Amino acid sequence: MSSSLLFNITTLSYMVSMLLFFAFLASRNKGVGLAASGVAYAGWLIQTAAILLRWKESYAMGHGHAPLSNLYESVVFFAWTIILIYGIIEMKYKYRVVGAFVVPFALLGMAWAQLGLSSGIEPLVPALQSNWLLYHVITCFLGYAAFAVACGISIMYLIKERHESATGGDGQAGGVMATFPSVRVLDDLNYKAIMIGFPLLTLGIVTGAAWANYAWGTYWSWDPKETWSLIVWFIYAAFLHARITRGWVGRRAAFLSIIGFAATIFCYLGVNLFLSGLHSYGGK
Amino acid sequence: MTTQKQGFLQSLWDFFCSLKLSISLLIGLALVSIIGTVIPQAPSIPEEYIRSLSQTKLQLYDKLGFFDMYHSWWFILLLYLLTVNLVACSIKRLPRVWKIVSEPNLIFDEGLERSLSLTRDLKLKGDAASLKDKLTGFLSSEFATPVVTEQNGEIHLFAQKNPWCRLGVYVVHLSIIIIFIGALIGSFYGYKAYVQIVEGSSVSAAQGRNDKMVDLGFAVKLEKFSVSFYNTGAPKEFKSILTILENGQPVPGYVNIPVVVNDPLTYKGFTFYQSSYGPASEGGTFYFTMRERKGGAPVRVAAHQGDMVQLPGGRTMRVVESTQDVSPVIPQLSGPAARVEVHAPGKQPESFIVFRNYPELDAERGGDLIFTYDGSDEKFYTGLQVAKDPGVWVVWLGCTLMVVGIIMAFFLSHKRLWVRIAANGRVVVGGSASKNQPAFQGAFETLVDKMEKL
Repeated sequence: MSSSLLFNITTLSYMVSMLLFFAFLASRNKGVGLAASGVAYAGWLIQTAAILLRWKESYAMGHGHAPLSNLYESVVFFAWTIILIYGIIEMKYKYRVVGAFVVPFALLGMAWAQLGLSSGIEPLVPALQSNWLLYHVITCFLGYAAFAVACGISIMYLIKERHESATGGDGQAGGVMATFPSVRVLDDLNYKAIMIGFPLLTLGIVTGAAWANYAWGTYWSWDPKETWSLIVWFIYAAFLHARITRGWVGRRAAFLSIIGFAATIFCYLGVNLFLSGLHSYGGK
Repeated sequence: MTTQKQGFLQSLWDFFCSLKLSISLLIGLALVSIIGTVIPQAPSIPEEYIRSLSQTKLQLYDKLGFFDMYHSWWFILLLYLLTVNLVACSIKRLPRVWKIVSEPNLIFDEGLERSLSLTRDLKLKGDAASLKDKLTGFLSSEFATPVVTEQNGEIHLFAQKNPWCRLGVYVVHLSIIIIFIGALIGSFYGYKAYVQIVEGSSVSAAQGRNDKMVDLGFAVKLEKFSVSFYNTGAPKEFKSILTILENGQPVPGYVNIPVVVNDPLTYKGFTFYQSSYGPASEGGTFYFTMRERKGGAPVRVAAHQGDMVQLPGGRTMRVVESTQDVSPVIPQLSGPAARVEVHAPGKQPESFIVFRNYPELDAERGGDLIFTYDGSDEKFYTGLQVAKDPGVWVVWLGCTLMVVGIIMAFFLSHKRLWVRIAANGRVVVGGSASKNQPAFQGAFETLVDKMEKL
C-alpha cells in the first residue's frame, strides 16, 4: 500500500461524492444526500491515512518531514482542509447541500495535484527546516479552506437569490432550488464560515511573522506573499465590519466573500507562480 | 462662529467614527497594496526593469513613491487614518458596551421582558422565599451564580456568562495599535545590517542601510563555514561556526556556536542569521592526484586558484573555476567539481571538469593524463544578517492580544438569564445571548424545562 494509491482513491471518492451531491440536488432524495457526504467523509479518512503514510514514507527515505513542503503536498493538504471545514459546518449547522458547492473545490485540488503536479518526496531545503513550517502551513490552509467553503456558500446565495427574484421571491419553485437553504440562512452561513477562517488566517499570518523573525530577523518585510496575505486579511476584515452596517449583507456580502476567496487563491498560487519572493520554493 | 466651528468638529468626529470610512480604508488598503507586489520594490529593483520603463513612467512611479510603496507618505497616511478611525470608533462605542458589562440590568421588569425574544412563564410550587433559594441554587449549579434583588415585593435573579467577551472587538482594535507602536519602536531604535566574514577572520562592524557602518561593540569570528547537499543536489545545510570576541578574547558560552538557517545566534540584543555564503576572493588550494595513462606512480598536485602549476613532462595546469556542487550545472552529478586547463608543449590546451565524487570518470575522457579531484581547502565567506529590534516584543504582545480578542469576539457569547418571582408565586424567565441566538434558544429551553420540574 502506497500513499499515491490512497491519494488516487481519495480523488475518486471526491468525484463520486460530487456526482452524488448533484444527484441529490436533482432528486431531493435524502438517502442520496447522506451517501454524498458519507463518501466525502470516507474519502477524507482515506486521505488522512494517505498523508500520514506519505509522512512515514519520507522518513523511510531518510529525510523525514511533514508532507507540507511543496506545491503538490500543499494542494493535497488544501483539499483535506476543505473537506474538514465543510464537515465541521455540516455537522454544526446541518445544511448538507452546501457540499455540492464545496466538494468540487476539493476534487479540483486533488485532480490538479494528481494529474498536473510532481508528486516526488523532496528533502527540505534549509529555509523550510523548522517546526514553524507545521504551525504556519496548518493555520493558513485551515483559514483558506474556510474561505473556500464561504465562497461555495456565496455562489449558492447568488444562484438562489437570482432565482427568487426571477420567480417572485417566495421560494415556491421546486427542483434544484428547493434543496437550497433560504437566502437568509446562506447569508448567515457565509458569515459563520468567515468567522472560522478569519481567526485562522490571522494565526497563519502571526505564525508566519514569528517564523520570519526567527529565520531572518524581520517579522514583516512586505514580501509579495506577506502583502497578499494582508490584502486577504483586509478584505475579510472589511467583510466583518460590513456586516454591522445594514447595506452590506446579502448580495454584497456574497460578492465580497467571492472576491476574498479569489484573493486567497492568488495569495496561495498566483504569488508563487507569477511574482518572485521569499516563498518561491513553493512554485515548482 | 463657534457653532460653525462646533459643527465642523462634530462632522469631523462623525467622519472618523463612521464604519463606512473603516470599510473604505480596508478595501482601499487592500487595493493599493497590490501595486507594491507588482512593481519591484527598493532596494532590489532589477536594472532591466528600470530600463524597460519609459522616462515618463519612471518619473511618475518615482514621484508617487511606487518603488518604496509601503514607506511612501500616502500609504503611511492611510495607515494613520485607519488608526484614527479605529480609535474614534472604539471611543464612540465603548461606553455603551462597558455599561452592559459593568452595570447589568438586574431588574427583570415588563419593558425588559418585552424586549427579549426568549421568555417563559412557569408555574412552580412553594412560596417566593423558598423559590428564590431553589432557583438561586439551580442557576448557580447549572448556569452561573445569580445576583438577587428584591424590589416592590418581587424578587429578581440575574445571572450571566462571559460578559467581558463583548469587549473582544476593542481588544482587537487595541492590539492593532500596540502592533503599530511595536513597529514604530523597531523603526526608530532597531536596525538591520549585514556582515561578511571570511573563514578564520573576525569583524566588529556591520553594514547597515545606506552603507552606513554600525559598530557592534564586540567582534564575531567565523571559525568555519560548511555547506552540505542531498543526493539530489539540493542544499541540505549552510552552517557557520561562530565565536564572539570581547577585546579580542572569546566570550565563555559563545565559542564555536553553530548558526544555520532557522537557528540564529543572539548576543547583546544583536541576532545573527545565516543568509548567504560564497568562496572568499583570496581563493584556496585545490588538490588532485594525477597519473599517466601509460603507467607510472600517481603524483599529488596542489594548485592555488588561478596559478599555473608545473606538471611532469613540461606540462602545466591551472584551475579555471570550481564549485562545491555541480548539480545545478550538470543535473545527473553532484558534489564538488573543478574545471582545469592543461597545457602540453606543442599541443592545444585542454580544458575539462573533474569531479570529486566520481574518481573513475576522468579515465573515460581518453586523455594522456588521468586526474582525480581530492578536494580543496578553499576558504568561504559567510553572509550574516544582523538584526536588532527592541520593538519585537511589543509586536508579539499585540499579536497575542489580537488572537485573544478575536477568540473573545468570535467564539464566545455573552449569555444572560433573568428570573422574576412574583409574590403570588408566578415565575417568569427570560434570556438572551450576544451571539448565535438559535443555539442559545436550545440551551434556554432545556434549562427552563429543568426549572419547571424543580
